[in-house]
Amino acid sequence: MIAPSSPPRPRWIDSRPVDIESTSDRLGSVGWGEGVFVSSSVEAVIERPGDHVAKDRAGEGQYASATSSLKYAAVADPMTTYLDNAATTMPAPEVIEAVAQTMRDCYGNPSSLHGLGAAAARALGRAREEVAALIHAQPEEIVFTGSGTEANALGLLGATRVAPPARGHHLVASGIEHAAVYHSARRLASEGWQLGEVAPGKDGRVTVESVLAAVLPETSVVAIMLVNNEIGTVQPVADIARALHSLGRKIHLHVDAVQFAGLLPVDVRTKGADSLAISAHKLHGPKGVGALWLRRGKNVASLYGGGGQERDLRSGTENVPACVGFGVAASLARGDGGARARVTKLRDQLEALIFGGIPAAQPVVPVSTERAPHISGILLPGLPAEPVLHALEARSIFASEGAACSSRAREQSRVLRALGVPASTGSLRFSLSRLTTPDDVARAASALAASVAEIARAVRGEP
Amino acid sequence: MISILCRYGELFLKGGNRGFFLRAMADNVRRAVRDLPDAKVSTPYGRILVRVPDELREDACVRLERVFGLVSVSAGAEAETNLESITATALAEAKLAIAHNPELGRSFKVQTRRTDKHFPIRSHEVDCHVGGAVIDALGMKVDVHKPSLRIGIEIHVSTVYVFAEMRPAPGGLPVGVSGRALLLLSGGIDSPVAGWLAAKRGLALEALTFHSPPFTGERAKDKVVSLLRILSRWQVATTLHVAHFTQAQQRLREAGPAELAVVLYRRMMLRVADLLCDRTRAGAIVTGENLGQVASQTLVNMANIENAARHMVLRPLLTFDKMETTALARRIGTYDTSALPYEDCCSLFIPAHPATAARLADLEAVEQRLDVAAMAAELAASCERIAV
Repeated sequence: MIAPSSPPRPRWIDSRPVDIESTSDRLGSVGWGEGVFVSSSVEAVIERPGDHVAKDRAGEGQYASATSSLKYAAVADPMTTYLDNAATTMPAPEVIEAVAQTMRDCYGNPSSLHGLGAAAARALGRAREEVAALIHAQPEEIVFTGSGTEANALGLLGATRVAPPARGHHLVASGIEHAAVYHSARRLASEGWQLGEVAPGKDGRVTVESVLAAVLPETSVVAIMLVNNEIGTVQPVADIARALHSLGRKIHLHVDAVQFAGLLPVDVRTKGADSLAISAHKLHGPKGVGALWLRRGKNVASLYGGGGQERDLRSGTENVPACVGFGVAASLARGDGGARARVTKLRDQLEALIFGGIPAAQPVVPVSTERAPHISGILLPGLPAEPVLHALEARSIFASEGAACSSRAREQSRVLRALGVPASTGSLRFSLSRLTTPDDVARAASALAASVAEIARAVRGEP
Repeated sequence: MISILCRYGELFLKGGNRGFFLRAMADNVRRAVRDLPDAKVSTPYGRILVRVPDELREDACVRLERVFGLVSVSAGAEAETNLESITATALAEAKLAIAHNPELGRSFKVQTRRTDKHFPIRSHEVDCHVGGAVIDALGMKVDVHKPSLRIGIEIHVSTVYVFAEMRPAPGGLPVGVSGRALLLLSGGIDSPVAGWLAAKRGLALEALTFHSPPFTGERAKDKVVSLLRILSRWQVATTLHVAHFTQAQQRLREAGPAELAVVLYRRMMLRVADLLCDRTRAGAIVTGENLGQVASQTLVNMANIENAARHMVLRPLLTFDKMETTALARRIGTYDTSALPYEDCCSLFIPAHPATAARLADLEAVEQRLDVAAMAAELAASCERIAV
């Protein structure tokens, strides 16, 4: 049996009848625990028990290709505790309103010479100012891109393309970079670049010394992330920048700051980097828009040609509504000065409850490590992560796998491997946002205790 | 309008039941093109003919190439019953085929059939006349043995079909003519292929899958639904029953030694399948089992598993090598979806060393501690039904 004490039964079992046709009208009130939930790649009509009669005769009326309209209701209800903010955040209502309003009223092309174009260009300019202000940059240093990944590609690949050939093609990156940087670096390596990989310490941080040790006379680009997306550790980017400067060579330092999430103070004037990538949807903005900050006077090459938008660095008609949404999200983040302290405190509470209440749970890096406020990595030795996540989901808690190995087809994350975490250890990531409440934290901790107990019993075959 | 001639294979062998088979064949063809606007299916002169607007030629052919029972389809045009019209149409079709695939321009052959023997020109003379026109207009060589392009002409009383292409269709029997069966469908590579093969021999299927929340997630279930959608393009099945297996699995696991668990699960799955067969009037259970592939698929264990079922168990893949199954999965289009890495039903509950030759008495001893019939009944009664 499933844990006798488990509070809500998994929603797959708790199946109440659902009126498919009216589901879309009730999106606002339909919860995760109720009825229909089909992924966007799948269209289906679901019937619950009580309607099993095979109504078709053999070969009659059965084999239509699906003509049913897309029916899926993936909606978060008020009881949902969303702690997967490092994956993406809920867009702020102000953002949604601004995006919708821009789509409706400001649909001109910013490059057009008429009044609608001018209005779009103004909206884009205001958004650029807001985004710049969030990281203490100048608006003209901001290049809007289609994602954080693209901003990273432009910063990193773009810098390697303008590297002077005389200097040689050597690149340094940390071993715990996000896939966006890591796989771009791997690709450069396959194209003839030499790659120096900096391994992190047990605390999930690289040191200034280890970076300097990897830098060769021919190094022209260094990429170090600010906040690791899996374990939340903060890298000493400013110190690394200072150390690189003191070498007196022209080395481009690119910083992936996508996971700063608006919760760490980022001041590009003092960070000393040359380019820095951020993304809107990690701070309650829309998906599909990122930005590269490029220090004035620094140069990168565009990745492809086109209409010359964004200072000819990122051609393609600007996604004005998304950029406006990014601006609004940036301004909201900047206006919430207490967020950092608040989220840090909530994370510490969450960890205190988890480590106090679940003896088996361990922090992925020591809790005293310098970490971003919003990411908490939890290890569960001997337990697979995916079932624990589903058990949490059945209790309306949404978190993420720390990407450990849980099925033969999947590999353990290289970040956890670099930290020496065994493949048999399940790893969970709880990530908070400035909208997380103390209630969320308490619910998540108690749900985790129940879920771990449930899965541990099942895995060990205990009654 | 495009006219597409659909040829069927084994139906000719069916003697007194030929009418029944032909009606089923035509119904399935109708079903295949029913979402295309203005598609018309008729059965003139014992042929199955699909007419669609010109721009839907490719859409229609792609659907018809997936209809079991058909051996080939030829899209072409209809001409009037005179030599000028036939020749002009044949030239146009030949040009179209060569424009599509220049390889075909090497050599050709014309094959004329007259069902209407009152047509004043003999078939061979039609061949020669049309062939001469093709040589003049396109400068192609005749090759009666291995032509790269075959121009087919069928002369009937009131119309003439002319086509310059022939696409293979899967063959087999029209879905439905062999009766109904229930497919045990997992998210793996084998069971979708097994279902496809069963449908190819004319079985109408519904599918049953087992879901073990929280050990399997929504995505594992979506994956099975996606597989069913791919199979539905072949008219294999459109209905999926989802049984929630977690509690039964845990009870079975706890009731006996771990190494028997897999065989016990499979026996329970077949009991549930039996009950769904009753409900859907299915005459057999189709599985993706394959001799010797995993511990539960030894001869002894397959016999142990089958022993729990009242219905006949069909195993279309019994003798396939993995590579053969994989190649077929790629052809059907299920492979990439099957390869997605989500926790599959119960991979967690698989013991490290499952028994390869469980003893039936041991299995029954474990089951006697539980009310397996009631468990199966509850599982069957609480199935969710998904129609794609």
